[in-house]
Amino acid sequence: MASLNRNHPTYWAFLAHRLSGVALAAFLPVHLYVLGLALTESSAFAGFISWSNTPVLKFLETGLVVFLAAHLTGGLRLLALEFLEWRDWQKTLVALSCGLSLCTGLVFLLNAH
Amino acid sequence: MTASALRTETWLWFAQRISALVLAVCVIVHIATLIFAVQGGLSAEEIIDRIGGNALWLGFYLVFAISVAVHAPIGLKTILREMTPLTTERINLLVSLFAILVFVLGVRAAFGFYGLGGE
Amino acid sequence: MANDHITVSIWRGDADGDYQTYQVPRLESQTVLDVVTYIQREIDPTLSYRFACRVGVCGSCAMTVNGKARWTCRTHVSRVAEQGELTLDPLRNMPVVKDLVVDMAVFFDKWAKAKGAFEGGATRDDALAAISPEDPKRQQASAGIECIGCGVCHATCDVIDWNADYLGPAALNRAWTLINDVRDVSRIERLQAVAGDNGCLGCHSQQGCVERCPKFLNPTASIAGLKRETVKAVLKGELS
Repeated sequence: MASLNRNHPTYWAFLAHRLSGVALAAFLPVHLYVLGLALTESSAFAGFISWSNTPVLKFLETGLVVFLAAHLTGGLRLLALEFLEWRDWQKTLVALSCGLSLCTGLVFLLNAH
Repeated sequence: MTASALRTETWLWFAQRISALVLAVCVIVHIATLIFAVQGGLSAEEIIDRIGGNALWLGFYLVFAISVAVHAPIGLKTILREMTPLTTERINLLVSLFAILVFVLGVRAAFGFYGLGGE
Repeated sequence: MANDHITVSIWRGDADGDYQTYQVPRLESQTVLDVVTYIQREIDPTLSYRFACRVGVCGSCAMTVNGKARWTCRTHVSRVAEQGELTLDPLRNMPVVKDLVVDMAVFFDKWAKAKGAFEGGATRDDALAAISPEDPKRQQASAGIECIGCGVCHATCDVIDWNADYLGPAALNRAWTLINDVRDVSRIERLQAVAGDNGCLGCHSQQGCVERCPKFLNPTASIAGLKRETVKAVLKGELS
């Protein structure tokens, strides 16, 4: 049967929140493992850090920062929605959190040189 | 659905929301730190200098690690339940293992960096 | 040709089936229900569909039109048939009986499971309950009681798609109106009925229900209220 039309802002907000959450959960063990290298193989850790000082890696890291900011702002929106009195302008909050996440990523990228 | 199952589900949901609030603070601090640290390029010494021997940073990262170990697995549990045909028991096992992994790695990293620098 | 006819693809069959395409003369102020009725009367009498009031008060004509669940009697063809094409499917998340007709038993069963029926404790000898319309709880209840059980929100909810046991927006919305009815005596049993992952905690606030409700109700807000009430009750040890 035909697929459902899901083209409304709060659906995209849900999707962004879920996908960013999965991406962060997948990244987390890798991140913590790399940090752990500092204890056991400090040269490997230092090497990894300097290896990451390339444009491609910085770009990918920016992506991660955007995911993190998106998950955070989307999550705060959800907490407001669930625990505070309902406000009809909550769709605006979707746009706000979207904008904030992108800004955060940009700030990171601009500082990463 | 038994009353105790309802209580467990409600507690897990609530724990995820509470850990979300804690993580909101941690993540804002973390992103601010990243942006500051990445200026002029990232370096291992810089990280070790900042956290080594500093009990405040240790405390911060311990709170961070514990909160993530609570928050992420509960979220993954929901996604696995909705998107996969896995049984509840299998899902509980997988997310519990993930929680332990994240907790162990996180605490290890926090204490590790703390012990590497300063004195 | 493009302007004076519309091409209508309709699901035929049950869970197994296929689309059948019809050409329908385009008329001014035509609704999708007009189109379906035309097909059944003039072209293909084997087409099965539901309607009753045809003026937007009963909800019987609900079906999926170009991917959105809506009341066909209140859907103008000119608003939805971009490029002169319509695709009609039965409502989702309910078993298909035939063509555009679904078995709504699952929808009403969930209503009952969520304790969506009022239970009073007064008798004819008691005084009438004095409830001000300004009372905040009454306003919460009034905001949700116009639901006529059409099933559009249930059909739109992705969580029901992923978890068939999820009670869904309509049942939970109804439970919320009754939680806010101070005359009702079964508050604890109702909170028990709507708690947990198959109850209010299953909602991810996607708000497809809010987007599509033909009565402009807000089940997501009602469910958020239920989340707060059930969590409070569990923390206080009231649910056991």
